[in-house]
Amino acid sequence: MGSYEVVIGLEVHAQLLTQSKMFCACGTTFGLPANTQTCPVCLGMPGTLPVINHKAVEMAIRTGLALNCRIRSGNRFARKNYFYPDLPKGYQISQYEAPICESGWVEINGAGAQKKIRIRRAHLEEDAGKNLHDGGTDGSRVDLNRAGTPLLEIVTEPDMRSADEVVTYLKMLRDTLMYLEVCDGNMEQGSLRCEPNLSLRPVGTTELGTKVELKNINSFKFVKDALEYEIKRQTKVLSQSGRIQQETRLWDVEKGETAVMRSKEDAHDYRYFPDPDLVPLSISEEWIEELRKTVPELPVARQKRFVTEYGLPEYDAGVLTAEKPLADYFEACVKLYDQPKTMSNWVMGELLRELNNAGTDAAASPVSPERLVSLLKLVDGRTISLKVARDIFPELYASGKTPEQIVQEKGLTQVSDETTLGKIIDEVITKNPQQVAQYRGGKETVFGFFVGHVMKASGGKANPGKVNELLKKKLAG
Amino acid sequence: MSLHKLTLHELQDQFTTGEVTAREIVYAYSIRINQVEPKVKAFITQHKESAMAQAEALDQKLKAWRRTMPLMGMPLAIKDNICTESVLTTCASRILGNFVPPYDASVIALLRGQGYLLLGKTNLDEFAMGSSTENSAFGPSRNPWNLSYVPGGSSGGSAAAVAADECVAALGSDTGGSIRQPAACCGVVGLKPTYGRVSRYGLVAFASSLDQIGPITKDVTDAAILLNVIAGHDPLDSTSADVLVPDYTRALKKKDLKKLKIGVPREYFAEGIDPEVEQAVREAIEELKRLGGEIKDVSLPTTGAAIATYYVIATAEASSNLARYDGVRYGLRSKQMKDLLEMYMKTRQEGFGPEVKRRIMLGTYALSAGYYDAYYGKAQAVRTLIRKDFEAAFQEVDLIVTPVMPTTAFKLGEKIADPLQMYLSDIYTISVNLAGVPAISLPCGFSKAGLPIGLQIVGRPFQEDTVLRGAYAYEQATNWRVKRPSIR
Repeated sequence: MGSYEVVIGLEVHAQLLTQSKMFCACGTTFGLPANTQTCPVCLGMPGTLPVINHKAVEMAIRTGLALNCRIRSGNRFARKNYFYPDLPKGYQISQYEAPICESGWVEINGAGAQKKIRIRRAHLEEDAGKNLHDGGTDGSRVDLNRAGTPLLEIVTEPDMRSADEVVTYLKMLRDTLMYLEVCDGNMEQGSLRCEPNLSLRPVGTTELGTKVELKNINSFKFVKDALEYEIKRQTKVLSQSGRIQQETRLWDVEKGETAVMRSKEDAHDYRYFPDPDLVPLSISEEWIEELRKTVPELPVARQKRFVTEYGLPEYDAGVLTAEKPLADYFEACVKLYDQPKTMSNWVMGELLRELNNAGTDAAASPVSPERLVSLLKLVDGRTISLKVARDIFPELYASGKTPEQIVQEKGLTQVSDETTLGKIIDEVITKNPQQVAQYRGGKETVFGFFVGHVMKASGGKANPGKVNELLKKKLAG
Repeated sequence: MSLHKLTLHELQDQFTTGEVTAREIVYAYSIRINQVEPKVKAFITQHKESAMAQAEALDQKLKAWRRTMPLMGMPLAIKDNICTESVLTTCASRILGNFVPPYDASVIALLRGQGYLLLGKTNLDEFAMGSSTENSAFGPSRNPWNLSYVPGGSSGGSAAAVAADECVAALGSDTGGSIRQPAACCGVVGLKPTYGRVSRYGLVAFASSLDQIGPITKDVTDAAILLNVIAGHDPLDSTSADVLVPDYTRALKKKDLKKLKIGVPREYFAEGIDPEVEQAVREAIEELKRLGGEIKDVSLPTTGAAIATYYVIATAEASSNLARYDGVRYGLRSKQMKDLLEMYMKTRQEGFGPEVKRRIMLGTYALSAGYYDAYYGKAQAVRTLIRKDFEAAFQEVDLIVTPVMPTTAFKLGEKIADPLQMYLSDIYTISVNLAGVPAISLPCGFSKAGLPIGLQIVGRPFQEDTVLRGAYAYEQATNWRVKRPSIR
């Protein structure tokens, strides 16, 4: 069996977060009752005409800039003609010869090294509706709420060499789109859809093999599963001297395999031509420069900066910058509390756990950076122990109270008073004569045993420093 | 009093002074329609009862507060490819035989804002594809001058209704001559504005880069009045131009053509032109000269390529524009269907007539992979040359005059079996659409058989005012309008 190189390119459709549709004033809310978010334009009624949504154009330009693309000054929209019940006009308004963004690139962390993935193009188009096959004998139905929602189709060159690289690229792209606030990145709801194309070629050759397109992939896990399945399938076909057919295959989640959806022979002739209902859209340098100012620092750059500026480990920086709200939260905290690693532990640990449980992001955190910092300051000021601080975090998150309130109400103030602590220590020593003998016989490791018991007996409130000091004294006899 | 004989501006005068009521106007037209409509067959849908109710409400309102707007109480007919809210809009096609739009076209909203009355929706060639109104799914309209002749097309119903005094004025649409050619056939005035001058929103698309709505009227003054109302930028139509709209009636102050240079393109008097038509147009040119115009010989060398270019571009756009008639959301859905593909095929088989099918096939072919460059791409290149021809000619002259069509109206059935012959009747009007410039058609005589002959005056983009000035001066000097059809 010869060895093959995997060659993968990716088409991603990102639903843009505009208030209204691409070519009419209808809203873009997900999940409304069927056909309630429609008008004569997006229903494709006779005589209606499209009008370009400039917000969508702005989002496309900002994304293009983030992906290091060239922004085309003269844009044309084209009609892609085909019949399908969820396509009201019998054509989709898209871009063909002149996409708004071209020739970009992004860097991903490949197998241990940075790798460039080239972006071939990104173009604006409108989404279709949905056919509903919900049983019944009187046929299928169509919901056109989604018809006309703006999409940005982002196409890479075939630069990826493994399923893992694809997942890394896709995660990076999703983070980027969310940073730009142009897409909610929800793969399950279909706001972000990916269609990889994959081919194999003998290692050492440069000519591309016959490619297969994969559809119906709506999670990162499925991307990896489907690609790995397809790599195995193609490897098997080729190593048995078979030929790969150019076709589109659907990922079947249940069976864990891909199956033919349509072959090249069934491919549509879309009869693209410039849409005569829309005049060419020109984008000025001034407009581009104005939008460039609104492109935020992107995840990759921000991760690098977190390492250099805050001295965080790569891992921490990666977790903290994956989502913009979390990174913003972290930076707000660090401004108030200049111990980045301590803060990183709290944000990645306690806070992220609560956020994940609640299924929300840091922008919606009920614990503000100010409150988190005041909790940490209670620890630093020895009012409470670190353990107590961790223990009360869930309540801090759930109740909306300040840390001070909770500490007060529960009487959790740290005990540093020598008489009180002395009593507890005496009790522990009396109860454990065997360990006392061991300690005094030179086995200093049992010291921790005493600390633990004292802390426990104090309900975690004892000041650990004070406990250490007193214990040492008392055990010395 | 024969109210139905009046022009729009004459009727306006009578209504504004309170001499007639809206009710009297609609009543007069109802009688007239009942008399002649069985012969002319201009309408697909009549709207007389609603117009009467509106008229009565209007008269009541005016009793308390008398202030009129330009189109108040004026009964208009609208070509049935222009959407009217709650009123059937069929495009003369079975596929839209039951279609009631939930919206008004932008031009209708403008007319409504001026208080117009909708008298009915007029017949046309199906989806405006044709030159005789014979391609209507609901039967042909007749030429009021001779009922065995066609009224021209595709706005044949609107032109016939105006000529037969079944309405005071009408709207048509013009993709390759569909306002001007029927206006010439019926001896009335038809104006195709510059592409982008009038909003296309709500005009059921035939060929989006060529379609334009315009007035069909009894005289030039009426055309100016209607254009005043319908012209202007519309945010709902991205191809409508944001160019200032002048008061077109101001163009009608002068009755001479002094300081105007008028071009006569030699290619428009080549073979194929009926001698009677040529003579009438030549005499009209002499008249323009007498009025002070400086007549110049000009050339539009790409004229010969216009029909071929048009039938590639218009059909390509139409093949895509008509894809939405699929039986899914509105209009006809065939009852004979087993599955989705059959629903599409049977619906479109039963819903479209032969000419529409022919053009969908032509256009689909022209856009197909492997043929696009040779057909659509080439046609767009030639279209640019045609536009440049006009630009060059308009460097030398202010207006261009030509015949509207090579012959007078032809007999019903005469050309229906020969689409190429039919296409040739638009040979003088098509280039104007390809170039996007404005043009008017107005009467310039009659054939020995008593059929009207039309004169076409073409202007620079957005210079409808100059076109109207030329047409008005000629009309005032000649007044062919005095002769009316007897409708027998």
